[in-house]
Amino acid sequence: MHLELTSLPSVVDMQDPLNEDQAKLKQNLQKAERKKRLRSLMLTLPLLAFIMITFVVPIAEMLYRSIDNPLIAKNLPNTVKSLSQWEQQGLPDKEAYNALAEELIRLYQSKSLPPLASRLNIEVAGMRSLMMKTGRKLSTFEQINDYKTAMIKIDKRWNNIEYWGAIKNLSSKFTISYYLAALDFRQNAQGDIVAQPEHRQVYLNLFVKTLGLSALITGLCLLLGYPLAYLLATLPDSKSNLLLILVLLPFWTSLLVRTTSWIVLLQMQGVVNDLLLYVGVISERIQLVHNTFGTVVAMVHILLPFMILPIYSVMKGISPDYFRAARSLGATPTIAFIKAYMPLTMSGVGAGVLLTFILSIGFYITPALVGGRSGQMISNFIAYHMQSSLNWGMASALGGILLLTVLIMFYLFNRIVGINNIKVGN
Amino acid sequence: MNSQYVSFKKVQKTYDGEQLVVKNFNLDIAEGEFVTMLGPSGSGKTTCLMMLAGFETATNGDIYIDQVAVNNLAPHKRDIGMVFQNYALFPHMTIAENLAFPLKARKMPTDMIEKKVKNILDMVELGHVATRRPGQLSGGQQQRIALARALVFEPKLVLMDEPLGALDKQLREQMQYEIKRLHQKLGITILYVTHDQTEALTMSDRIAVFNEGVVQQLASPTDLYENPENTFVAQFIGENNQLQGSVEEFNSDHCVINIGKEKVKARAVKVTNIGENSTLSIRPENVVLDPEIGKFDNIFQAKTQEVIYHGDHLRLVVELLGNRNFVVKVPSTSSHNLMIGETISLGWSSHDCHALNAVAS
Repeated sequence: MHLELTSLPSVVDMQDPLNEDQAKLKQNLQKAERKKRLRSLMLTLPLLAFIMITFVVPIAEMLYRSIDNPLIAKNLPNTVKSLSQWEQQGLPDKEAYNALAEELIRLYQSKSLPPLASRLNIEVAGMRSLMMKTGRKLSTFEQINDYKTAMIKIDKRWNNIEYWGAIKNLSSKFTISYYLAALDFRQNAQGDIVAQPEHRQVYLNLFVKTLGLSALITGLCLLLGYPLAYLLATLPDSKSNLLLILVLLPFWTSLLVRTTSWIVLLQMQGVVNDLLLYVGVISERIQLVHNTFGTVVAMVHILLPFMILPIYSVMKGISPDYFRAARSLGATPTIAFIKAYMPLTMSGVGAGVLLTFILSIGFYITPALVGGRSGQMISNFIAYHMQSSLNWGMASALGGILLLTVLIMFYLFNRIVGINNIKVGN
Repeated sequence: MNSQYVSFKKVQKTYDGEQLVVKNFNLDIAEGEFVTMLGPSGSGKTTCLMMLAGFETATNGDIYIDQVAVNNLAPHKRDIGMVFQNYALFPHMTIAENLAFPLKARKMPTDMIEKKVKNILDMVELGHVATRRPGQLSGGQQQRIALARALVFEPKLVLMDEPLGALDKQLREQMQYEIKRLHQKLGITILYVTHDQTEALTMSDRIAVFNEGVVQQLASPTDLYENPENTFVAQFIGENNQLQGSVEEFNSDHCVINIGKEKVKARAVKVTNIGENSTLSIRPENVVLDPEIGKFDNIFQAKTQEVIYHGDHLRLVVELLGNRNFVVKVPSTSSHNLMIGETISLGWSSHDCHALNAVAS
């Protein structure tokens, strides 16, 4: 009936103006919405600018640094060109020696050799001195006919393809060498990707350890935080407010103070050792801080509120009727709690776990202060490369991997729990 | 039939040790009876229900179910079905899982659980929603599932705590009928809590009217409406006009109350002495406009203040015997064309006029 009606010419005629009206209506709606959107954009613009300048741009810059490799290509253009045909099997031809020697002389004289030498030294130990020495000596010679012989005479290492391989490997403007190093791999003289020698394998273990420690800390926080959140949510308001203030108290104290006070408590001559000794649990003082144990204890303490608060806020919104309903339907208190109550708290648990885990894999100050040698985490090595070894590319690559790990965690979490199910408040 | 299937004996409850929320509550419920606890919020009715369910403990007194004292019995061992105001359906379970919950808790075999869930879904006519979650159902459907869940394990006693409070008027009336139907069909005992007097009147066998922790009257709906025992009940159930006066004459069931210079004849419900103050209570529908002489023993002159049209009836607010808010319901077919400020004649039978206790003011 409906189909027949619409196919009638008169009905079709009638529909056309209707469609026009609808199009106009949509236009009007968009116009009205545009103003609203513009207003909300204007309101958030300062924050957006702030985040761009302080967060997004620096991160992008650091990520760029982790692959950026301008030194070789810029300073040794001829060498790079003459090495382009080299297969990295056997020594390069004479032309390469000539090109490198000329460029070394030029760089040495213009005093721009050191940064280049330092960069190469990261790839092959000792290459800095090799480059500097060769540059210096070459520039003292009056006239050289055979650069190859001269260079090998200055240092026998020029007879070794490993050093040439390093130059070749780094000859392009962008490099994955930092990422390789961050994952305990390297490019050998032949240009193949191989595992680092065992004594130089640091980072993979460190990543595993960081993830493991974070999981442990998150687990402990959940174990300690869940019952407390439940207590907070079920106590009468007057009492729970007081407890909540106690939970929040650490937030009002500096992170540094909290961390250092753990040093005071846990040190060899500290209160905890005194107490354990006095009670007789231990017979001689034990190392409680400046190791993994110290890191875990201090970080659990510091991150606990991040676990408690989301769980508490979700629990606070759960009507006691669910538990009562389960009881009245014949469930024992335990079953009622597990079957009817706990599933409802999962959104809070999800938020708490995600928050704590992500915070703890990037934690820096606490492991740095109480971690000693064994309690160090990946962020401490990032800081080391930023501040001490000045290998910013390496720091950026480690940071990039850390960022990727967090994103993967987030993705997995979304798949398993569902990000929409996460609640921090009600 | 057990006339004391549930009984509260001298039950008291206090939360802070100072104020009694429930003062000396006594109630016997017969097997298969539908009893409603009706009262304003904070009158202690829900507390009584929670004590019976086992979620609150009585400070004093005993509660018996089927002659067994249940004061120290855990809620899950009481075998009581309960319907909550906000349904309390488990949002993370499907409807079928919700309904299977009490059966699983009783460790029934799976095939039996499936059968029972199916049967109960058919009974509430919601067989098609078994795989949905509570959030996907309408309020009325959720209410019916909550009811089904409280019935699926075949408890003999079902408690309902304002189960229809969250529904709109039409749905509420439909559900009232539904609950009544299930009650009659299954022969279960129901203790129902509400603050809605219409709901209480239409559904219950007996109603306990609560105020300030005390049962004011326990009676059938008809009795409660027609013979309120005190001023609170008269005021709380339906609409009532009140007139304050003092007792002038009084024998066993009739009395004369003096209001200003006028004398009103009334039924003596709660008057004991000549000279004491009393409140007269008259329902608006029992007052007649332009009464025939001799038909009513009370006829007085009143002044109209307001006339409101209600379709089937007119609602008059008049000044009568010093009460400026005296309400009269007159059929709208009445030929009398009423003007505001007009003096009219009103009459009522002394049988419909209850002399009750004076309101403490």
